[in-house]
Amino acid sequence: MRYSALRILLEGIRGHTGWKPVWRDPAPQPDYDYIIVGGGGHGLATAHYLAKIYKKARIAVLEKGWIGGGNVGRNTTIIRSNYLLDGNEPLYEFALKLWEGLEQDLNYNAMVSQRGILNLCHSDAQRDAFRRRGNAMILNGADAELLDQHQVREMAPFLDFENARFPIKGGLLQRRGGTVRHDAVAWGYARSAYSHGVDIIQNCEVTGFKIEKGLVKGVETSRGYIGAKKVGVAVAGSSSRVMAMAGLHLPIESHVLQAFVSEGLKPLIPGVITFGAGHFYISQSDKGGLVFGGDIDGYNSYAQRGNLPVVEDVLEGGMALMPMIGRARLLRMWGGLMDMSMDGSPFIDKTPIEGLYFNGGWCYGGFKATPASGYAFAHLLATDAPHETATELRLDRFRAGAMIDEKGAGAQPNLH
Amino acid sequence: MIINHPLLGPRDAQEFVYLGDASLIDRPDASGETALDDFHDYLYLRDNPAGSHKELWFHEQGDRSWLVVTRDTRTHEITHVELAFEYAKRRGRDK
Ligand SMILES: Cc1cc2nc3c(=O)[nH]c(=O)nc-3n(C[C@H](O)[C@H](O)[C@H](O)COP(=O)(O)OP(=O)(O)OC[C@H]3O[C@@H](n4cnc5c(N)ncnc54)[C@H](O)[C@@H]3O)c2cc1C
Repeated sequence: MRYSALRILLEGIRGHTGWKPVWRDPAPQPDYDYIIVGGGGHGLATAHYLAKIYKKARIAVLEKGWIGGGNVGRNTTIIRSNYLLDGNEPLYEFALKLWEGLEQDLNYNAMVSQRGILNLCHSDAQRDAFRRRGNAMILNGADAELLDQHQVREMAPFLDFENARFPIKGGLLQRRGGTVRHDAVAWGYARSAYSHGVDIIQNCEVTGFKIEKGLVKGVETSRGYIGAKKVGVAVAGSSSRVMAMAGLHLPIESHVLQAFVSEGLKPLIPGVITFGAGHFYISQSDKGGLVFGGDIDGYNSYAQRGNLPVVEDVLEGGMALMPMIGRARLLRMWGGLMDMSMDGSPFIDKTPIEGLYFNGGWCYGGFKATPASGYAFAHLLATDAPHETATELRLDRFRAGAMIDEKGAGAQPNLH
Repeated sequence: MIINHPLLGPRDAQEFVYLGDASLIDRPDASGETALDDFHDYLYLRDNPAGSHKELWFHEQGDRSWLVVTRDTRTHEITHVELAFEYAKRRGRDK
């Protein structure tokens, strides 16, 4: 069923009796050509592009819970392409371009809102680094503007400009950045994948791989064995656990990241704003809640909840930046599992096992990458060659000395 | 989270800095035949278990000792804490 304004009007007249479930809940077939493990944003996007762009058939997405119950439904919904390094920036810019056409592509309202992202700087050195980053972005076809203090004041007069320790000196603005309704991304991709013939199988946990002579044959699941010619794994925070079942040891640690939302307020925060002196970022949802977050908790974790020290740290960052939010009441807070890689950058690559492919290591920044990650992973699955925007996202890059370390922090996942 | 320091008793985890898997104590032999592979695995690959995990914590805002903490990564429950140099000694390191 195509969605349109006319359809809403007609359904309104008919008392909304004509809406149908947007995807079927099929039983798994005995075998498929392509199995995608993980029904998060990346897995569902992969299935969509594999079917729609690469014209492949006999595709299934296997999800252990329900689709959208992982990080794709837990993140703070920010999209941007303000990366520095050549290994990353083309992919994120490709993603931003796909976001710009996503709703037309999916015929689904994902509430893509390019309200801009402003990274604040608090020292001359930081401004220099932002100038360099902005130039790198422009060289890769993205947009970037360096703002002085006066221009930031016009955009966000409520910031604490005269903070004695961290005065605001300016900022790097990407106007095309913004937010997207995260659940709608999962649902929109699922609906489109389904309409292109993909089986979306929920409550189906992959519990093992069948591998013969270095070749993948299929997967063991909680709903029985399913054969496959090619298997692509995109399970975010569970990457190490799932790939260990294929005997692979990954350059990844799992960490927990927390997020927070306040009670609904009148429009207050114009776009996405990030603090440059501590780790704090904030935007306002369309319902009015202030959505914000900060650092990961910092130690390996598979608990989808965090601890109080980071809560305190995030809120201190917020108070230092915009003291006015101190009177807003916190409504909810939650955590999600991050697959933090050794250099802070992701992987979209083949594995040493023929027919088994891996997509992961997205850290706390994988939501914005969803369309490009799915596109590039579909390309890899369909053609056995990396997509042009993902040539450096290799599993063996540490051995080759070709790390993509945006922060220059070294092989220390909790610092990225 | 409270870490029960073997010398100082229960301390708030906020006083500590986290380094990661205690396998970092088992530094490979740099003169071995397979040193290149060994160091790659040592530096970059992690078991990353969901369950019991031995890990290195540094008491930065305390007595500056390194500890090996055994913690369940699913529940944050800490079952054992010892001084890293004692752990290292047991594993054949001289310091
Ligand atoms: C609090 C928080 C805030 C964030 N904020 C942002 C942000 O503002 N911007 C941004 O770009 N990114 C952000 N991220 C990161 C982003 O959400 C993730 O990088 C991204 O969603 C991961 O990809 P995914 O959507 O495919 O993951 P998920 O939705 O987690 O999908 C993985 C799926 O795999 C399934 N799975 C796991 N094991 C198995 C198995 N054995 N068998 C079958 N299925 C399995 C899981 O159930 C899950 O549904 C944030 C994350 C969190 C937690």
